[in-house]
Amino acid sequence: MTETTGNLHVMNRAALTKRLVAGLKNREAVIGGIGNSNWDLWGAGQRPENFYMLGSMGLAAPIAFGVAIAQPARRVFALEGDGSLLMQLGCLSTIAAQAPKNLAIIVWDNGIYQITGGQSTPAAQARTDIVAIARASGIASAAWAADEAEFDVLVARALTTDGPHVIGVKIDNEPGRNQTDRDPIRFRESFMRAMAEPV
Amino acid sequence: MSSTAEAAPTWHGILRQAFKDQDVRLVTYVPDNVLRPLIDGCHADPFFTTFSCTREEEAVGIVTGACMAGMRGVVLMQTSGFATLPNALASLPVAFQVPVVMVVSERGTMGEFNPGQAIVCRTMRPILDSMGIEHHTMTRLDEAAFVADRTIRQAFATRWPACLIISPLLSGGRK
Repeated sequence: MTETTGNLHVMNRAALTKRLVAGLKNREAVIGGIGNSNWDLWGAGQRPENFYMLGSMGLAAPIAFGVAIAQPARRVFALEGDGSLLMQLGCLSTIAAQAPKNLAIIVWDNGIYQITGGQSTPAAQARTDIVAIARASGIASAAWAADEAEFDVLVARALTTDGPHVIGVKIDNEPGRNQTDRDPIRFRESFMRAMAEPV
Repeated sequence: MSSTAEAAPTWHGILRQAFKDQDVRLVTYVPDNVLRPLIDGCHADPFFTTFSCTREEEAVGIVTGACMAGMRGVVLMQTSGFATLPNALASLPVAFQVPVVMVVSERGTMGEFNPGQAIVCRTMRPILDSMGIEHHTMTRLDEAAFVADRTIRQAFATRWPACLIISPLLSGGRK
């Protein structure tokens, strides 16, 4: 695990999302954040344990946290962009305070609002360290993934040790390639049915 | 009925019992003075998982996730906090049809001293109406159990968010 942003390899969200999903063997829930986080989750292979959010920017981690509270035996991942997390930084304190052992938040950090035209985030301009914010919020297991191998190690840790975990990943600015369907009732139905299955 | 509610019915004891009767176990809130006895009562009762959030929309996200995973929840807030919610409600529990129950203590009316609260209060019911979210204003103790129980029951039966508004007529309002 890597503590600082000084020597981070820039990775690709689509490739890492595939890497993550391929390693999920126990009906883990995955909550995709708005836009590209969701689209790459969709492109990594649809599974009923995935929840594809619509326009509630910033709420991927809170939704995942809710799933984690309801089902302590199931591991739950939130996939969230840096711009989205900036909209809801307070949730890191809420999650730290409740300390759900089965929750992991992966933050895709490209420093831009890619979907609206690539404008840089205030955090990028100010060199804000989002993983350091998570740690300062009280989430002790918060680290940057320096490269793909370290990403795998951190995901393995999130699957096998008590959380909450935050994994920061510096990514390139490649847009998501596979847009989700926009069918919220179907997504909710299939996700709820999947959550009703034992882990 | 809890022994407290039996001894002397209160609006907050009645609401807490309605949560229990409908198996609402997750209580999230953004703090509010009028709601204090309800919040304190939920914290003191091990039936509930109760905690504060930093924003109302965060609480809506948490309760939506929990509900989809089989645990029913409620969001407690005051009027001005509700006014931060339209996008989150439209995009999440309304679009996905997830029965997020909201309890809002009504400020901004019947003797409000803060002009901002008075203005924002007028936005609450139009927002709820525009999204088709059923809401009932609780004003009387003798109706409180019926209104709370039926509203929460209907939310889960019809898979749609619902809102209970606690009037100063019932709560006494902000002193």
